[in-house]
Amino acid sequence: MKYFGLIWAGLWRKRTRTFFTMASIVVAFLLFGLLQGLNQGFNTVVTNLNVDRLYVSAKTNMTDGLPIAYSARIKAVPGVRAVSHWTYFGGYFRDAKNPIPAFATDPEPLFQIYRELKVKPEYMEAMKKTRTGVLVSEQLAKQYGWKIGDRIPLGTSIWTTKQGSSTWMFDLVGTFDASAFGGFPSFYINQAYFDENAAFGAHTAHYFLVGIKDPHQATQISKQIDALFANSTYETRTQTESALAQMQLKQLGDINFIVNAIVGAVLFTLLFLTANTMMQSVSERTPELAVLKTLGFSDGKVLTLVLIEALMLCVFAAAIGLGLATFVFESGALRRIFGNFGMPLIVMAMGGGTALVLALVSGLPPAWRARQLNIVDALAGR
Amino acid sequence: MTAVVSLRNVAKSYLRGRQQVEVLHGVDLDITAGEFLALMGPSGSGKTTMLNLIAGLDQPTGGEVQVAGQRIDRLSRAALSSWRAQHIGFVFQFYNLLPVLTAEANVEVPLLLTNLSGKERSKRVQTALQLVGLADRGKHKPNELSGGQQQRVAIARALVADPTLLVCDEPTGDLDRRSAEEIMNLLQALNRTQGKTIVMVTHDPKAAEYASRELHLDKGRLVDEVARKAA
Amino acid sequence: MTLFKQIGAVAVMNFKSLPHRVGTSVVIVIGIAGVVAVLISVLAMSTGMIETMEHSGRDDRAIVMRNGSASETGSALGRDAARLVADAPGVRRDAAGKPIASAEVLRLLNLFRKEDNAEVNVAMRGVGPQVQELRPELKIIEGRMFRPAVTEVIVGKAAHAEFKGLNVGDTFKTRGATWTVVGVFTTGGDSHDSTVLTDAETLINAEQRGGFQSVTVQLESAAAFQKFKDALTSNPALAIDVNRERDYYRRQSETISKVIYVIAYVVGGIMAVGAIFSALNTMYSAVSARLREIATLRAIGFGATAMVMSVLAEALLLALIGGAVGAAIAWLFFNGHQVSTSAGGQGVGHLIFELSVSPGLIAIGIIWACSIGLLGGLFPAIRAARLPVATALRAI
Repeated sequence: MKYFGLIWAGLWRKRTRTFFTMASIVVAFLLFGLLQGLNQGFNTVVTNLNVDRLYVSAKTNMTDGLPIAYSARIKAVPGVRAVSHWTYFGGYFRDAKNPIPAFATDPEPLFQIYRELKVKPEYMEAMKKTRTGVLVSEQLAKQYGWKIGDRIPLGTSIWTTKQGSSTWMFDLVGTFDASAFGGFPSFYINQAYFDENAAFGAHTAHYFLVGIKDPHQATQISKQIDALFANSTYETRTQTESALAQMQLKQLGDINFIVNAIVGAVLFTLLFLTANTMMQSVSERTPELAVLKTLGFSDGKVLTLVLIEALMLCVFAAAIGLGLATFVFESGALRRIFGNFGMPLIVMAMGGGTALVLALVSGLPPAWRARQLNIVDALAGR
Repeated sequence: MTAVVSLRNVAKSYLRGRQQVEVLHGVDLDITAGEFLALMGPSGSGKTTMLNLIAGLDQPTGGEVQVAGQRIDRLSRAALSSWRAQHIGFVFQFYNLLPVLTAEANVEVPLLLTNLSGKERSKRVQTALQLVGLADRGKHKPNELSGGQQQRVAIARALVADPTLLVCDEPTGDLDRRSAEEIMNLLQALNRTQGKTIVMVTHDPKAAEYASRELHLDKGRLVDEVARKAA
Repeated sequence: MTLFKQIGAVAVMNFKSLPHRVGTSVVIVIGIAGVVAVLISVLAMSTGMIETMEHSGRDDRAIVMRNGSASETGSALGRDAARLVADAPGVRRDAAGKPIASAEVLRLLNLFRKEDNAEVNVAMRGVGPQVQELRPELKIIEGRMFRPAVTEVIVGKAAHAEFKGLNVGDTFKTRGATWTVVGVFTTGGDSHDSTVLTDAETLINAEQRGGFQSVTVQLESAAAFQKFKDALTSNPALAIDVNRERDYYRRQSETISKVIYVIAYVVGGIMAVGAIFSALNTMYSAVSARLREIATLRAIGFGATAMVMSVLAEALLLALIGGAVGAAIAWLFFNGHQVSTSAGGQGVGHLIFELSVSPGLIAIGIIWACSIGLLGGLFPAIRAARLPVATALRAI
């Protein structure tokens, strides 16, 4: 646009001031991007979850556990393609300060249900053959420097062995890639070994993991599974992955509200500051705007020029702020916590929209005043 | 002899606080094409007001103002803007260049309102700067130019769109003696060689000597007329 | 004129002209108020949580769990172990000579919030028969205490208000039994107010739990802790960890508090940077607007230091006002505001607590406000001082 030079030059009339104003907008949108990104990220994670997986737990409370024998009956439900389970083991390596997310399970169907986890066939074979074998995620193995073939002792404060010991010995027979998830159970024990050794709590599962053939049947199959065990001593509750995640998210409770409150406060404050600065800037340039009008720029044109200047400032600075936020999101640290997590597009859109609103709110009053400017008065300094 | 500018019974009054102040009382005036008119008078006489009316910066409360065959007292604000862009070149006492733009960019501003291509605009800018003798200072910003040079850039800006009328409000008011002479020589040259019609308000009798016709205003009325032949 | 007199004179001149610059001054005040309000509010969450957790424990009580347990839920103690703990030296005995101790076990209940029907895991704690001697802060405020060997419970005040189905007379089911609510209690606003209590043995029998998870004892005195701990840790038959009760509860909230601190200071920090920028903006234009004044004063003979100090003084005053406003907003809106969350993790469980805008937090807020004001005023102040007088006077 041919007016670009004029508008851009106008922006930098007072270099330091424009720089500082831009800096505060960048900061505001960095915060906005980070906070809203997290917020939306949680929601996205929830909706993107696999609908072809179901979770069965005890109806009274997950920690009550269910009999392992249920597994066969669940497998028999039409539409189910695989069933595995998680039995919480927990434990720590060497020191209670190093907790390990260890679970006893039936490994082969587990990896069929979680297709995102990649494991080599020879490792799976070794796991099936070795009773004391464990499969560990590559990330966890790297963290503790474990190599395949190592003997790994885990301490436990709950599961005393039949011999009265608080330490269990395991053999690392293989690793798997768990990068698709953040904070996932990543140390798997053979259920048979656990049942054999544990002084109590054997033959119990905390979650049954059910892989289904057709996601559209999720609700129907859930109801069928629960119906199988209704009115028995161990009633079940079956949920889809997203329902489970949403339930867990809701438990965070008021945190969501607080995040939104913070974002609101931040944006309001910075909006106010920016609007004020822009109004200052335009009123200082009244004589120049009068000159433009003298030269033949119509009232409407002058209004547009001021508005576009406000827009350029806000959108440009907001883009930088959001860009920085995206950069933080793609960084390694957050990846480890949340898994594959990018800046959701909707946040970019929300940011863009907010920048526009900011530009309008702060640009419109001075733009209007510029439009209404009386040339003669302005030139005479009145 | 065509009258480029024609004022008939023009009156102008302002509201100052609660009072209605009449600045111009029924002024009649004809300015022919190619004239160099100097408007003089004490402060408060209404000369700047008359200039503003002729330049289409303001509208009369009574009477007719006709410029280049058009009744500008009848035009709307928006129409007046585009009319000004086409027909008027304004030179201010304090130059009023945009400090953030180079001399070239300043001169280009009126052309932004036209449909000319970037190349065309560049050409005209260079021509205008040459006309005022500042072709080599195009890339300088106003704060890098002397007062006289800045005023010359302002004149180039006033000329670049080839206006019907060049309107000057105390063009030498902020300049030292030597720069003032330079500017007046330039204006006179533009009038004589280019045939530019110039209307100039000034309180400096020395500046008025460069004009071809001199008018005096007092308390909103034309009182005196001095015609001067080209030297 | 001495330096102080100079500063005073200029400062007074500045303040007198403040009303002319109300618009721009308000900008600084609001910007800083925003930063301080957000900072204090978020920190109040952490403070509130820690205070609630800390009140749950006392220095003259100790809690014993299985060796290596991060929290009670990850511990398992046998009956023999529980008895050995209660009989250890350092434990106060009651009039009948019995040690004041409570062997406890936890299980989780699925309860639904009245507000949005969200499902929450709430702790149901089985306690020993001496719980009221052990915790004199426990008072029944409605109904009565539960009877042993009967599936009765009492519910904490906060839990009673938060969740459905916990009124006196209501019943709920767990896997092993149906329980009746017979009373509401309070422990003075600590974490136990968010829980449900019943008799430990009853709970173990009903749920067929293996055994206890922790033992809490009343010590003879706070100083008796070491004696108690040494006796137990030197016993080869026991594999346990011994902690002061207050330390244990404080530790449980440590992780989440740290997270909240990080969030508060990161968000607050980013906002502060923004506020500094706008303070810089405003002070720069304040200085620019008064170039003539400043230059004139300099020409008259006021020293550079006086100019710097006066600009800083103005920035500081505005910052203080902003800080006070921000603190007031945080206090008004959030002091005593109730938060209900499970974000504390397993050790904390579901916690219902009040945000606490303590004097300490307000002090932090004011300090931040002043720092922002000083940083924002520094460069403009230096500019005011460095101004080449002659140029300034002429350029205007």
